[in-house]
Amino acid sequence: MDTTFLLNGESVTLTGVEPTVTLLDWLRDVRGLTGTKEGCNEGDCGACTVMVTDARGARALNACILFLPQLHGKAVRTVEGMSSPDGTLHPVQEAMIEHHGSQCGFCTPGFVVSMATAHVNRDQNHDDALAGNLCRCTGYAPIVRAAQAAFEHDVPAWIKDDVATLKTPALSLSGPVHVPQSADELADLYARRPEATLIAGATDVGLWVTKQLRQLDEVIFLNQCQDMAQIEQTPDGLRIGAGVTMDRVLKAVQGKYTSYAEMIRRYGSAQVRAAATIGGNIANGSPIGDNPPPLIALGATLHLRYRETRREMPLEAFFIEYGKQDRHPGEFVEAVTIPDQPDRMQVYKLSKRFDQDISAVCGAFNIAVEDGAVSQARIAFGGMAGVPKRAEAVEAALLGHPWTDDALVRAWDAWEQDFAPLSDMRASAEYRIFAARNMLSRYLLNDLGAQTSVLEVQA
Amino acid sequence: MSVAKPLPHDAARLHVTGSARYVDDIPTPAGCLHLAFGLAEIASGTIARIDLDQTRSAPGVVGVWCAKDLPTDCDCSPSAHDEPLLSDDSIHYLGQPVFLVAATSHLAARKAVALASITYEERKPILSIDEALEAGSHFEEGPRIWQKGDAEQAIQSAPHRLDGEIEIGGQEHFYLEGQAALAVPQEGGDMLVHSSTQHPTEIQHKVAHALDIPMHAVRVETRRMGGGFGGKESQGNALAIACAVVALQTGKPAKMRYDRDDDFMVTGKRHDFRIHYSAGFDAKGRLQGLAFTQYARCGWAQDLSLPVADRAMLHATNAYFVPNVRIESHRLKTNTQSATAFRGFGGPQGMLGMERVMDHVAHHLDLDPTAVRQANYFGSDQNAVPAAVQTTPYGQPVEEFALGEMTKALIESSDFKARQDAVRAWNETQPVLKKGLALTPVMFGISFTLTHLNQAGALVHVYQDGSIHLNHGGTEMGQGLFQKVAQVAASRFGVGLETIKITATDTAKVPNTSATAASSGSDLNGMAVLAACDTIRNRMADHLAQLWQVPSDKIAFGDTSVTDGNRTISFAEAAKLCYEGRISLSSTGFYRTPKLEWDRLRGQGRPFFYFAYGVSASEVVVDTLSGEYRILRADILHDCGASLNPALDIGQIEGGFVQGAGWLTTEELVWDDKGRLRTHAPSTYKIPACSDRPDVFNVALWDGANQEDTIYRSKAVGEPPFMHGISVLMALSDAVASCGRGYPDLNAPATPERVLAAVRRVQNEL
Repeated sequence: MDTTFLLNGESVTLTGVEPTVTLLDWLRDVRGLTGTKEGCNEGDCGACTVMVTDARGARALNACILFLPQLHGKAVRTVEGMSSPDGTLHPVQEAMIEHHGSQCGFCTPGFVVSMATAHVNRDQNHDDALAGNLCRCTGYAPIVRAAQAAFEHDVPAWIKDDVATLKTPALSLSGPVHVPQSADELADLYARRPEATLIAGATDVGLWVTKQLRQLDEVIFLNQCQDMAQIEQTPDGLRIGAGVTMDRVLKAVQGKYTSYAEMIRRYGSAQVRAAATIGGNIANGSPIGDNPPPLIALGATLHLRYRETRREMPLEAFFIEYGKQDRHPGEFVEAVTIPDQPDRMQVYKLSKRFDQDISAVCGAFNIAVEDGAVSQARIAFGGMAGVPKRAEAVEAALLGHPWTDDALVRAWDAWEQDFAPLSDMRASAEYRIFAARNMLSRYLLNDLGAQTSVLEVQA
Repeated sequence: MSVAKPLPHDAARLHVTGSARYVDDIPTPAGCLHLAFGLAEIASGTIARIDLDQTRSAPGVVGVWCAKDLPTDCDCSPSAHDEPLLSDDSIHYLGQPVFLVAATSHLAARKAVALASITYEERKPILSIDEALEAGSHFEEGPRIWQKGDAEQAIQSAPHRLDGEIEIGGQEHFYLEGQAALAVPQEGGDMLVHSSTQHPTEIQHKVAHALDIPMHAVRVETRRMGGGFGGKESQGNALAIACAVVALQTGKPAKMRYDRDDDFMVTGKRHDFRIHYSAGFDAKGRLQGLAFTQYARCGWAQDLSLPVADRAMLHATNAYFVPNVRIESHRLKTNTQSATAFRGFGGPQGMLGMERVMDHVAHHLDLDPTAVRQANYFGSDQNAVPAAVQTTPYGQPVEEFALGEMTKALIESSDFKARQDAVRAWNETQPVLKKGLALTPVMFGISFTLTHLNQAGALVHVYQDGSIHLNHGGTEMGQGLFQKVAQVAASRFGVGLETIKITATDTAKVPNTSATAASSGSDLNGMAVLAACDTIRNRMADHLAQLWQVPSDKIAFGDTSVTDGNRTISFAEAAKLCYEGRISLSSTGFYRTPKLEWDRLRGQGRPFFYFAYGVSASEVVVDTLSGEYRILRADILHDCGASLNPALDIGQIEGGFVQGAGWLTTEELVWDDKGRLRTHAPSTYKIPACSDRPDVFNVALWDGANQEDTIYRSKAVGEPPFMHGISVLMALSDAVASCGRGYPDLNAPATPERVLAAVRRVQNEL
């Protein structure tokens, strides 16, 4: 297939592109742009970060799990394109030198690009913007000092120019690669090609290619299906298209479901949130995906589609058992709807590291209290079973009873009825069940006004 | 003078523009082959059958090598000749290279590896410390034991006694640039190797051995590494040897870089330790007798484990005077990756054992841990003998001890006492979140404990235009060594840094170098460069003195010019005059550290030229429902002597602290019962991220020149700050201790799971 995009301000058209060649490999091996580094080849270290700009604005993305066809019609800037063509450094580059933000220098290009992206977006949450860039030398302090210093400076003209120059030429396809332009096209295509691999943000499929070395015979890229990337308020609630990336989900739920938004902030780095889609996180059926627990606790409805046939189901019903979902060949996740409700949900994501870490346990608690008694309880967990799962026995033990310490005692034995978690490298079974139980205590203590989050404590 | 200025890293501009070149960035020579290892899938046993037909016929594959196809055993060991490049059919750990593939691309080589079919005859692997002890699996003839006084008798007769044990996890280096090498065959069978290594001479030595050619036929060049931390002291040998063998046999350049997962699976990490302690002490917590048993899990091959375990013994009492000590060290051989050098080189583990004793003793007596630490310092008031004549357990007099003053200064500057009260007040009112605050010292010995390694060479050229070419045996891995050494050279010639070109480390320019390790880089290479510069400068001064008919000592260098007080010419003019006067403007320089004398078998002597000191205070908050925690604040006061470059030194301290804190908190290596490392990528192995650094992070340098005659009276800074991370673990222990009466008994890494278990232990003890 052919792909056209801007690279450091210059138009590039590639013909006969292998669909699963990563931008990183192409930059380094074909283009000779070796400033972009490979640190992990799985989107966890940020050494390969590039800036990708389209009509929605600039985002930092991991080039190691970004396939070339995903760039069609966009503008890419690598570290080599951060300074002006005449060699004038970008303010973040100047600041990194002045504040001693580089030591070995290997992570530095990725940091520079993430910082420049935050800079163009006027984002001052440096810890969040840099959560996906690992540095082993500096301890980050001088890098954050550099980011703060650079913020005072204007966005250079050559960075702003990218949007003005953007064009989206017609696609030319050949071979077993498909880029449907709408959900209708996708529905027709996928019904005919149910064995094809769907690729949205490639934060998961990317690793099939770079780590498992899998050969994907036929692929369908979803990034052009704009109608699947909409967020709309419907009479049934907030409907989020499967193709909406997690950075946009975060913004959409920020004012509505505060704790869910905070969980999304932590669950992936800026690079991952900008690529990963909510549909992908549901459809891949992982028992440790972080979206299903809060969505289930919110009573979300999943919308599936096969050709013109649409099905709806409570999200929890989609996950049948480990590795098995209620999805027919050729059927795909089209959207998810969150019914409107008061913001009562708390999401507790437990991992070894706060940012960009897979949960050992992710618990979502949505408990309504009327006249001092539990009137509704929806509790769902990831990391506690082979699927994202509701704590039905716990919910039943709470329902109708006073919302006090007694509730914890009443639910005590129900936890083992609901869950028999495994031990693995993230946590032991014992810790998982104990910590899950404690999450209910935390929810109650929150309600009683106690301070319960270490993230909210200042020195 | 450019020494002592806070100048940026010499390559900072190259770093931020992406133009700094690492091994994999070198433009690939035409016809270059790309290599990948096939790795063992079991931890112990033998290969029953190996079928590589599909690998051989995979697209792009040019060649496949097993052990029998190699020119020699291609040993990779830096010590005991016990690491054949490829398995000789016996398997010693899961991840051991079994075969080697060369293909036309990196991806083609990796894909071909996956097509191999190997069946094994498995043996039950020896994985844990207990399994190794039970099987009697160890290096050396038995445990090494060093003693001072009579520890057992002193413990027995002390008013108070306690016993305890701490488990200390290992650590993956996670240099951002994975291991990499590129070999380019030269005429007549010579070999040029580019390697991401801390030890070019070792690469040269091992490649020459593998190819059975003299060292003069191998040239190794290292411009920079994307991080090393000890992980590139010996672990790059296999890649360089593999590339050289393939390059020799095919006549084509060969490049190898590990995919990150392979890097985790193949290479060694920090040694994990178990340390058992028995302490006897008085009512003020002053130690009278102390016995440690250290168990180090060394993995399958010896590598650097003996000196690592030695250094754990050398730092077993950290900054404290203990009159009676016994240290017993077991170096256990297991079917896991061969543990290797990592910043601190065993020192952190030994030191943590001692800080654990301090914490435990203070808890036992219900005393302030900081007061107990101060009471045990060398030279503390309570001690009967003055510090100057106090000796370490291995008999080295502590001639200079800065920690007494430094600790007082840090307590003052960090408002430590008031914050201790505030933490106590917080903990009395908060039901869920508990705070902790702890102060720990670092006293780290500087010098290679293998005494002959304490030498360095340099090569300096002054060209006739006055520009200066600088080379030395040290390698640049981000620590700023090249800049510090350039600052030395600029100061000796009285020129600006723009006059000096720092060039890649090259075994053809400076021979027989030691690894850039043991924090020794600037101490050794700075002095060697100084010697080379002074040789040339003296020749220039003599020549100009003769031309100008003045005594040589009237000739002064400064402000990029040379003067006798009356006449002043530019440095470039001076160089030109010397060239025309047929004066040699090139010199080598050499340095060896004085005063060292060490008997490692007896554990007696002076292994260290001097000590570097530091003290840190960390404050944490712990969630007692989940075990999660954050570092709220860290204050560090660190001794770099008269700093060669305060900006670079502070960078080492900030970075060392965060790396040390990572070791003891989130960085957990998990092997399953088959010996497979389950945490083999950044998705599962969690080094600190940006938000994990302390919110408030104050780092200051202790103002004081080194009493020993080091390069401009500076002190080494690479490793010592790493151990400031220990204050984080002790602060966590302090926070957990506030939950009840029990002792937290916190093992490392203190993951949320371990912290929560400690909270429960403390709460349940009545």
